[in-house]
Amino acid sequence: MAASAPPSRPEAGASTKPMIDIVDLHKTFGENKVLTGINLSVPAGSTCVILGGSGSGKTVLMKHMIGLLHPDSGKVIIDGEDIVPMGVDDLQRVRNKFGMVFQAAALFDSMTVFENVAFPLREHTRLSEDELYAKVRSKLDLMGLKREVESKFPADLSGGMRKRVGLARAVVLDPKIVLYDEPTTGLDPITTDYVDEMILAAQKGLGVTSVVISHDISSAFNVGDQIAFLSKGVIVAHGTPEELRESQHPAVKVFLETWFGKN
Amino acid sequence: MTTQTPSKPAPPEPGILAQSVASFGKGLIDVVSTIGGVVTLAFDVARWSVRRPFRLQNLFAQLDFVGVGSIFIVGLTGLFTGMVFALQTSEAFALFDAESLVGPTVALTLTRELAAVFSALMVTMRAGSAMCTELGTMRVTEQVDALETMAVNPVQYLLVPRVLAGLFMVPMLTILFSTAGMSGAYFVAVGGLGISPGTFLTRTQQWLEPIDIYEGVIKGAVFGVSVALICCYKGFNASGGAKGVGQATTEAMVASALSIFILDFIVGVVMH
Repeated sequence: MAASAPPSRPEAGASTKPMIDIVDLHKTFGENKVLTGINLSVPAGSTCVILGGSGSGKTVLMKHMIGLLHPDSGKVIIDGEDIVPMGVDDLQRVRNKFGMVFQAAALFDSMTVFENVAFPLREHTRLSEDELYAKVRSKLDLMGLKREVESKFPADLSGGMRKRVGLARAVVLDPKIVLYDEPTTGLDPITTDYVDEMILAAQKGLGVTSVVISHDISSAFNVGDQIAFLSKGVIVAHGTPEELRESQHPAVKVFLETWFGKN
Repeated sequence: MTTQTPSKPAPPEPGILAQSVASFGKGLIDVVSTIGGVVTLAFDVARWSVRRPFRLQNLFAQLDFVGVGSIFIVGLTGLFTGMVFALQTSEAFALFDAESLVGPTVALTLTRELAAVFSALMVTMRAGSAMCTELGTMRVTEQVDALETMAVNPVQYLLVPRVLAGLFMVPMLTILFSTAGMSGAYFVAVGGLGISPGTFLTRTQQWLEPIDIYEGVIKGAVFGVSVALICCYKGFNASGGAKGVGQATTEAMVASALSIFILDFIVGVVMH
């Protein structure tokens, strides 16, 4: 593990092929340098949590992974393809490998739960209505959502249920990668645990590569195979949860002390 | 003994003139930036409107919302505009015994100018504000980002149907406005002021040319596209939560209304 420097690049011929590989990523908004040389590699099938304080650039980093933002310089390699120079059509093709769960779920207000989850299927597949229903139902079952929820609108759901519907929608096309933007923010401890279990279930059940943006230390240590700590636009520590706890980087120590205590 | 370093004097407050110039400059930059953004969006919408998949369901939903939903308010506005215009012009024409010109005057004014302008203003208030608010809310709640992450182009999915609805429906509403306006004018002129029906209709037929109707329809199409683009642009780029959406909607209404009057003059000059 690299404590205060970016983690070393995977060696050639390494057995764990990176699904996401970010190389020397820089992004500035006006005078504000948000990302200043990010290097991060996420192996296929693993869960990487990007931990950091508010305003550290976590969401900006995640939006680069799916091409919602264009970097000033650097590479974003997804499943072997650099998406930075890609045009709209290629980018749309790569985005089909992703599912994304938003902080506030970002469900479409005008659609029912069923229509929300069915939306990606209607856009990208030619399933019959019966097949489509079966697929949506299987994902709602996976998230523990009962049949009566299907006809409800997002405004009628609790925060935790919205998150679950958001995840069902994110995985309905069986993506290779699922991105979670602050999935436990604003949830009570019980629902937070439930969401953590849901993330683990999605990873184990579907074999997806997951990237979780969070400032929730407990949740990060629950779900992460590896944790990257983002501070002032760079990843200052990256490793397994155990390795991160041993980090001597001042920013990491101060951040973790808030949860684990000074000893 | 300690000596105090004299503190650096604060920079002088800018004078009223400097503040006015700065404020004017900022306003000018905002206007130019909006025009540039709307024009760029227009090219994007044109590009995505000819690419598959053609989202007919979304298009018909917007045609219904912008067009069918505005029929009552546009018809009613047209009816009363025609009635009041006939009433006012008949008084003026009565001064030199030319009441027979009430019909053609109302007809020419409605078809060339008022129908398109008023219809577009009604659509701006009724449908444009809803477009801007809906898109703005979708933007600030990340629903637009969600569309993109699902490999659905938001310009094609959300904006193309709205702009096409403006293009197709405002000209139709313009025709409806003219028809309702002429009906109102006929009712007032013939029923209320005693002008003979034959005179009203014959004179109108003599003066009104197809080009006058085309002018109104073309203006309606131009205004429809302009209003839809501005409302979509402002909503699509809204930020800052509920307050930002409210501000974007206010700006969209002002900019749309201004664009209608400015484009009315430009199209009028081009067509004459």
